[in-house]
Amino acid sequence: MSNSHTTAQAEQPAIHVHGLEKSFKQLTVLRGVDIDVARGSIFALLGSNGAGKTTVVRILATLLRADGGTARVAGFDVATQAADVRQSISLTGQFAAVDEILTGRENLVLVARLRHLKEPGSTADDLLRRFSLTEAGARRVRTYSGGMRRRLDIAMSLIGNPPVIFLDEPTTGLDPEARIEVWQAIRELARGGTTVLLTTQYLDEAEQLADRIAILHEGRIIVNGTLEELKQLLPPAEIEYVEKQPTLEDVFLTLVGAKTEKEQR
Amino acid sequence: MNRHFLGDTTVLLGRSLRHIARSPDTIITTAVMPVAFMLLFVYVFGGAIETGSDSYVNYLLPGILLITIASGISYTAFRLFLDMQGGIFERFQSMPIARSSVLWAHVLTSLVANLISLVVVVLVALLMGFRTGTSVLGWLAVAGILVLFTLALTWIAIIPGLTAQSVDGASAFSYPLIFLPFVSSAFVPTASMPGPVRAFAEHQPVTAIVNAIRDLFAQEPVGSGIWTALAWCVGILAVAYLFANLTYRRKIS
Repeated sequence: MSNSHTTAQAEQPAIHVHGLEKSFKQLTVLRGVDIDVARGSIFALLGSNGAGKTTVVRILATLLRADGGTARVAGFDVATQAADVRQSISLTGQFAAVDEILTGRENLVLVARLRHLKEPGSTADDLLRRFSLTEAGARRVRTYSGGMRRRLDIAMSLIGNPPVIFLDEPTTGLDPEARIEVWQAIRELARGGTTVLLTTQYLDEAEQLADRIAILHEGRIIVNGTLEELKQLLPPAEIEYVEKQPTLEDVFLTLVGAKTEKEQR
Repeated sequence: MNRHFLGDTTVLLGRSLRHIARSPDTIITTAVMPVAFMLLFVYVFGGAIETGSDSYVNYLLPGILLITIASGISYTAFRLFLDMQGGIFERFQSMPIARSSVLWAHVLTSLVANLISLVVVVLVALLMGFRTGTSVLGWLAVAGILVLFTLALTWIAIIPGLTAQSVDGASAFSYPLIFLPFVSSAFVPTASMPGPVRAFAEHQPVTAIVNAIRDLFAQEPVGSGIWTALAWCVGILAVAYLFANLTYRRKIS
């Protein structure tokens, strides 16, 4: 990334959305969405199916034009400076956007070339290592499991170190193990200073990952805050004594021998 | 923005060519139908068709070549459709690349794949007794017409590739294009057809293009016919290019 981008980012939030509106024919999807995402944070956009999460992401990724409002990503206006926005972002959509006929490594090299990097080969090898795909790197993606595809997908999004990454429902359709792998990858991203905007319909995912959480409902952001702030919206917790039963997820992960979240910390 | 156009197109062309190299069956299936038509018409119907030329395979080949292209471009729509479905299209569109390079890569891939299929069909025709004494220049002229025709049909194929809702929809548009040579001078002289059919056959693009290629192969003077053929190719190309790009712009904004 060039230095001019860094200056622009330092002054403003990584993502700034104000009064965003979008309709598809008769259907109004967004009725004035406001979001600010601080640099280097993970922001979760929660909402049920059809709430308009994907529409927000597509507008921010310059794939869709808004009907009204403003949106700036890394300091650039998505409508008037789309090329600069694309220079600063990566999008991982709902369906793993990988080329099934190519190998994992070829996918990474392809994206590195399209981002005009000097050493696409070593960039690819580096990412294969980081995402534990080195062995699978020479195999066609068609043979990959869902979790491997997702990891490759996210690895492709990291090429060129874009300061802002959009992850649209990154764990939908994954098994619990793969989900944890993806969560780890996302945490690592934020640790490296990348701003992550994540959409999800899983509440625990937002709890696990996000610095701030916003709930999109009927085209508007109805709450926006940290997990603690959100919890305070409800009356204080009453103390009840409940036997601590393992969740089915605990059982599953223990039986299949995966490392659980707690052990890894 | 466009300073990366050539580089990005080359990278994406490499990707699509790799797809073809890994599923060469698309080249084979493209060539199978025209070769089957050629066998059928030369060895079954050919004896009963009065064309005025001494070798029916010589008469037939130009039309068969156009059918090859018409069936080949359905794979172009198919490949583009798969990219649209899979989400990789959106990945490309959200990256800092020259956006039009995504389409051009598909167009150039189509050209390469069709040229390979055409070579296969010509080789089979040679085995079946096709002969021409035409010069290098004549071959180049034939190749030029075929390239133009491929580009024209490819840009038509881009439109269903971008807009189709299903795999079948993406390739079904090519059926009428494959059928068009049957109502032209490709298989039988138009003079044998009844009035209205003959009028259509004589004024549709395939007849003009087939006649031009046939004359080039037979070393006959092409006359003004070749200009009509070229005008059709360039005209279809221009209109299809315009509409494909309109569709594309609507799709990505």
